[in-house]
Amino acid sequence: MRDFSHLYAELDATTATHRKLDALKTYFSRVEAADAAWAVYFLAGGKPRHAVPTKLLRHCAMHYAQIDEWLFDECYHAVGDLAETIAHILPPAAHTDDLGLARWMQERITPLRGADVEVIRSALFAYWNQLDWQGRFLLTKLIGGGFRVGVSKLLVTRALADVAQVDAKLVAQRLVGWTDGNTHPTAAGFADLIAPPSDADHQQRGGQPYPFFLAHPLQLDPASLGDVADWQVEWKYDGIRAQLVHRQQRSWLWSRGEELITDRFPELAQLPLPDGTVIDGEIVIRRGEVIAPFAELQKRIGRKILPAKMLAEYPAAIIAYDLLELDGEDLRGMPQAQRRALLEQLIAGFSTPTSTLVLAPLIAATDWQALAALRATSRERGVEGMMLKAKESHYGIGRTKNVGTWWKWKIDPYSVDAVLIYAQSGHGRRASLYTDYTFAVWDDDPDSTSGERKLVPFAKAYSGLTDAEIARVDQIIRKHTIEKFGPVRSVQPTMVFEIGFEGIAASSRHKAGIAVRFPRILRIRDDKPITEADTLSSLKTLLSAAASSSEEIHAPKVA
Amino acid sequence: MSDMVVLRKEGLYCVPGDFFIDPWRPVDRAVITHAHADHARIGHKQYLASRAGAGILRARLGEISLDALEYGESITHHGVKLSLHPAGHVLGSAQLRMEHCGEVWVASGDYKLEADGTCAPFESVRCDTFITESTFGMPIYRWQPQADIFDDINAWWRANAQQGRTSVVFCYAFGKAQRILQGLDVSIGPIVSHGAVAPLNRLYREAGVALPPTLAVGEVTDKAELKRALVLAPPSASGSTWMRRFGDYSDAFASGWMRLRGARRRRGVDRGFVLSDHADWPGLLSAIEACGARRIIVTHGQIPIMVRWLQQKGMDAGAFATEYGGEEEVAVAPETELLTELPTELTPASASAPASGGDADA
Repeated sequence: MRDFSHLYAELDATTATHRKLDALKTYFSRVEAADAAWAVYFLAGGKPRHAVPTKLLRHCAMHYAQIDEWLFDECYHAVGDLAETIAHILPPAAHTDDLGLARWMQERITPLRGADVEVIRSALFAYWNQLDWQGRFLLTKLIGGGFRVGVSKLLVTRALADVAQVDAKLVAQRLVGWTDGNTHPTAAGFADLIAPPSDADHQQRGGQPYPFFLAHPLQLDPASLGDVADWQVEWKYDGIRAQLVHRQQRSWLWSRGEELITDRFPELAQLPLPDGTVIDGEIVIRRGEVIAPFAELQKRIGRKILPAKMLAEYPAAIIAYDLLELDGEDLRGMPQAQRRALLEQLIAGFSTPTSTLVLAPLIAATDWQALAALRATSRERGVEGMMLKAKESHYGIGRTKNVGTWWKWKIDPYSVDAVLIYAQSGHGRRASLYTDYTFAVWDDDPDSTSGERKLVPFAKAYSGLTDAEIARVDQIIRKHTIEKFGPVRSVQPTMVFEIGFEGIAASSRHKAGIAVRFPRILRIRDDKPITEADTLSSLKTLLSAAASSSEEIHAPKVA
Repeated sequence: MSDMVVLRKEGLYCVPGDFFIDPWRPVDRAVITHAHADHARIGHKQYLASRAGAGILRARLGEISLDALEYGESITHHGVKLSLHPAGHVLGSAQLRMEHCGEVWVASGDYKLEADGTCAPFESVRCDTFITESTFGMPIYRWQPQADIFDDINAWWRANAQQGRTSVVFCYAFGKAQRILQGLDVSIGPIVSHGAVAPLNRLYREAGVALPPTLAVGEVTDKAELKRALVLAPPSASGSTWMRRFGDYSDAFASGWMRLRGARRRRGVDRGFVLSDHADWPGLLSAIEACGARRIIVTHGQIPIMVRWLQQKGMDAGAFATEYGGEEEVAVAPETELLTELPTELTPASASAPASGGDADA
């Protein structure tokens, strides 16, 4: 654990990529394979299930530090991170630790899951008494599944490739699925990860998917991309990006987070694909020709058990837009247009047409202007905008641009002007700063004579302001606080913000009767008095427009 | 018996003695615990401070009418016996002991328990009522021994010097900078003082505190020397044009606030060294315990938390709302730490960045 904790400290202490890379390389070349295997798991984003319930963890820490709950809460609010709070309040340790990360995980942390309260308590006390603050901080992160550090998977891949003298693309390929909850990091697994290339790499092992190729947001004028004819254009669907792998008469479905989700979508797993096929596409809920809003897909994602009724009410489909493997051949080095042609053939070859596998339609336009006009209809079609894929591009790894680029050309978000009424301090870098805001709109029109207008909360937003703006808003919040409820302050309504969001739906769980998707702050409206903020009725207008569109009129036609 | 010290709009007021302690508005008689700008302000008619801090106080406040007392020496004023005792915070910092009709009150000013070589170490003073600061009055604040921190600073400097990168430590110019200076390993490379730090080094040396030699940035003519140097600069120099000369440098911030990752990340520096001139949580509690006071009055910092904790422990605890320190917000809003400016005679001509006064220091 000590080595890993030093690595964490080094990664956390610098923002320079080359220093992070050096730290990773030093670590991987020094530690045991079993420890390295677990380190890769955590660094690549692996999240084990909570080994100890948070509440119990807090109570044990308070007990060990001999402080009351109110004081613990004060500390937590000042620090903004549970693991760090615990690490800071504990008195110094009497012993030191030199057990490796793998043994910590296997012998100490994993067995805590489901153990008796007293067993957990005495184990934690013993562990805390042999770790320095950095080690204690890490221990809570590993126990609680909240480990995060500022390195990308790509950087971990590069470090491993450098240490092993193996091509980074190969390491990336082998690394896919490494963080899936069902596998456990082992020394043997790590050895395979950094082994020299062999035939085993060509014969795809089991249900291993390919690293996803990711799109970049298009900020420039699309005309700067050259001839429109060089681009394959599709709608950007609001679903779950996934790879459907079919090998050895079996299917595996992988989400973009490299999680295995085959069990969640049995209808996709049952698709009769030829052996050695990998399709890249978007999972959606589809009824006839209509794609349901994302909220309906959400109802299925969380479910482990899927009753027949659920499957019938929320039928899933995959909209296929790329073909990565055919007859066991890796097609990623082939140009986009060619892969598309093979995908079309594959789907056309189905003896009986299926509503579960559909081909993503291409959007044809003679120039960028015509395309922009079509893009303007995105909202009515229930899509997020367009995808622009260079016809010559190969299928890259992650957010690379060296083999051609994919652009996402999203539509502008909805926006309303709302009033800040509650504020809460943030976490991590924003601890003790008021950064998490609740916004409200008026419940009535300004000219209405029906008495006093009230502000109704409708969304929380955390992002979109610069550090300087946050500092300014923080000061205003402190000056205009009405009341404090724990970490939350109610604030005199003085500031108007333009809030952007992606989607809007009716909701009985929210006071305003609506729920918005991905709300964020677009800008501070210093120019607007609070009386001119938007109203609930203007939100309801957006809602009725959205509801009528994606369910009936212009839903995107697929197949 | 009525309280010996009360809170007035000008500051803490000793009723029988008819004088103020670190007042924030102009008064006739002020006892100054130390020369940080939030405690030592201009405009009072008569000042009383420790002999050790007299030089700095004069340098910062200009022409003032100042009486100085040696630590432990006492005078009697309106029947109140006053004496000053080391607080271990910065050069000349003192706790004020007041004795009247057999009752003893002590006002701590700012204090730190761990001894360092730049000022007289903290002495516990027995009293009936103790007025204590609470800047770091939360259990999350626990300091490591300063020797460990200096090891970390030197190791970081050495690694940077080997890679040809200047090491820049941002810290308060008065107190923290000199304490770091004493802990540096001079064999690693030259030490450069920013123009806001140099005059304070001079005052410390004049007061007999041994500090390693320092250079002004203009005195380092060899570029390679500069790459091996450690630079001490006030926080306000960060991001200023003064920094450009160092090219690819590594920076650090030395402060008790660096204990929290969030604070360090907001600073945006490579390293945060947890080094404070204030007492940590165990330090505050042990100082309160050691003075034997039955009654505790908490000032600037974490007032509600300290008061509640002490009351829970069965003590008679209350608070004075003072204007010392930047209060809790000091920790979170870096810009509030940029503080007041130094008086003109101390503002170095060579410094292009606004100089920091270094009060409300941490």
